[in-house]
Amino acid sequence: MKILVAYKRVIDYNVRVQVKPDGSGVMTEGVKLSANPFDDIALEEALRLREKGIASEVIVVTIAPADAQAHLRNGLAMGANRAIHVVSEQAVAPLTAARVLLKLIETEQPGLVLLGKQAIDDDASQTGPMLAALWDRPQATFASKVEVSASSARVTREIDAGLEILEVDLPAVVTVDLRLNEPRFIKLPDIMKAKSKPMQTIAIDTLAIDASNHHTTTRFAPPAQRQKGVLVKDVPELVAALKARGLL
Amino acid sequence: MSKILIIAEHRSGKLNSSTAKCVTAARAMQAQAIDIAVFSSDPAAVAAQAAKLDGVSRVLSLDHPANDPALAATLAPQVVALAAGYTHVLAPSTTFGKDLLPRVAALLGESMASDLMKVIDAYTFERPIYAGNAITTVQAAADRKLIASVRLASFAATGEQSGSAPIEAVKLDVPLPTHTRFIELQAGAQDRPDLQSAARVVSGGRALGSAEAFSIIYALADKLGAAVGASRAAVDAGYVASDLQVGQTGKIIAPGLYIAIGISGAIQHLTGIKDAGTIVAINKDGEAPIFEVADIGLVGDLFKLVPELTAALD
Repeated sequence: MKILVAYKRVIDYNVRVQVKPDGSGVMTEGVKLSANPFDDIALEEALRLREKGIASEVIVVTIAPADAQAHLRNGLAMGANRAIHVVSEQAVAPLTAARVLLKLIETEQPGLVLLGKQAIDDDASQTGPMLAALWDRPQATFASKVEVSASSARVTREIDAGLEILEVDLPAVVTVDLRLNEPRFIKLPDIMKAKSKPMQTIAIDTLAIDASNHHTTTRFAPPAQRQKGVLVKDVPELVAALKARGLL
Repeated sequence: MSKILIIAEHRSGKLNSSTAKCVTAARAMQAQAIDIAVFSSDPAAVAAQAAKLDGVSRVLSLDHPANDPALAATLAPQVVALAAGYTHVLAPSTTFGKDLLPRVAALLGESMASDLMKVIDAYTFERPIYAGNAITTVQAAADRKLIASVRLASFAATGEQSGSAPIEAVKLDVPLPTHTRFIELQAGAQDRPDLQSAARVVSGGRALGSAEAFSIIYALADKLGAAVGASRAAVDAGYVASDLQVGQTGKIIAPGLYIAIGISGAIQHLTGIKDAGTIVAINKDGEAPIFEVADIGLVGDLFKLVPELTAALD
């Protein structure tokens, strides 16, 4: 089977994001960009399924501005067979992303679509379930273990109450959680090899999808700052400070 | 005027307090009606609890064997059918709501808002992005249905002083999919207060060094009647189960008292505790970022200080 992996480019998770003083957005100039950490885990899982002989081909997909080719080359260097770049100069909302992915699914007919459980920029956690809904297929979100057989997958999900195990018929959408795996490092020869792997470019306008967003962000602001705290020197002082605040 | 449908979260016959927090958010939306939908194979007990919540207009009881345990694929088409008469559909931003609501929104062809943290009016709200490092004000189109998940740490649970909503059984004629099957739930230990609703939380980090050493965290938590949490480092190291993780990728909590022990305070962890009432940090590294947000800090060896603190609470 083919596996499609949604592979978003985001501001690197180590960057302390700053809001622009005029409240129009966050500072993005000169800021390091990387693959969304959850998407690296999704790609790693797809590669492992191919190494086990379950998947025949792994395709990474991104929806990003024209300069995102280096990002996709990273995915190819990690081991994906080919890449699809849907070019959109504007960031797209999750519903639009799901509609784009559905278009690609209609062409590619994958047996499994893997996504991160959320992107660390918009923190929405929506695209996977939205895609599953539009595709009318099962979803297994927050996966920490995925076992794929011929026609179904058994997925362990990290939910608030503990671990839930679901069985889903294929094709299906799975969104991955942190503990699913440890993504591999990219080796130099693989970077060279990635340069000759196929990369298809599609302008988002040519997909004829409804890209409307019913929500408009009108303002960005930094979070409220907490008051500076005090240091106490020992346990009795700590207990006294807690009592003074009425907490004991 | 808003007509709001809230999808109840429940387990083992108990309504989750997350539902009462959604009611608080709904009440801030100039609600003309707030209805709670209880999907279950045996909804009576949960429906009765939901009916007591202040400000609730009606409880809709959706009795179907396929509704237990709750699966997003099964619930979503039913929620879509119910949503017809409503301007808003809300659910808690828990793994339950995060799994279900985007599926509902896509079936309805609507955008969705995740982690609504402040209601400004029925269609204007705030939500966090970038692990809480920026807060956005979002305007939703008033001629569309607003589908939103409610961030639990931002809303108090509505009370039960005056609520006595009627409970109505609703039968939906909706085909349900069979492509998704529940196999089992491996529940975490439930003998301590629930992390997401606890008034006090004691959390341990990598510095504990082992699962055995976490016993000093449990001892302190039990003395305080607190829930136990952990940093991602402690979970990854296998000291505790992953459902105890606090932070951007774990649970976002807002207890009155949060005690962080041996936790350095990575951005992703701080996101999960920013709204706590009082943050106490115990760490041997006085330069650790946790001290930038802590209200009370104590620098020193946790293996000496934590048992001393536990003993001092006698």
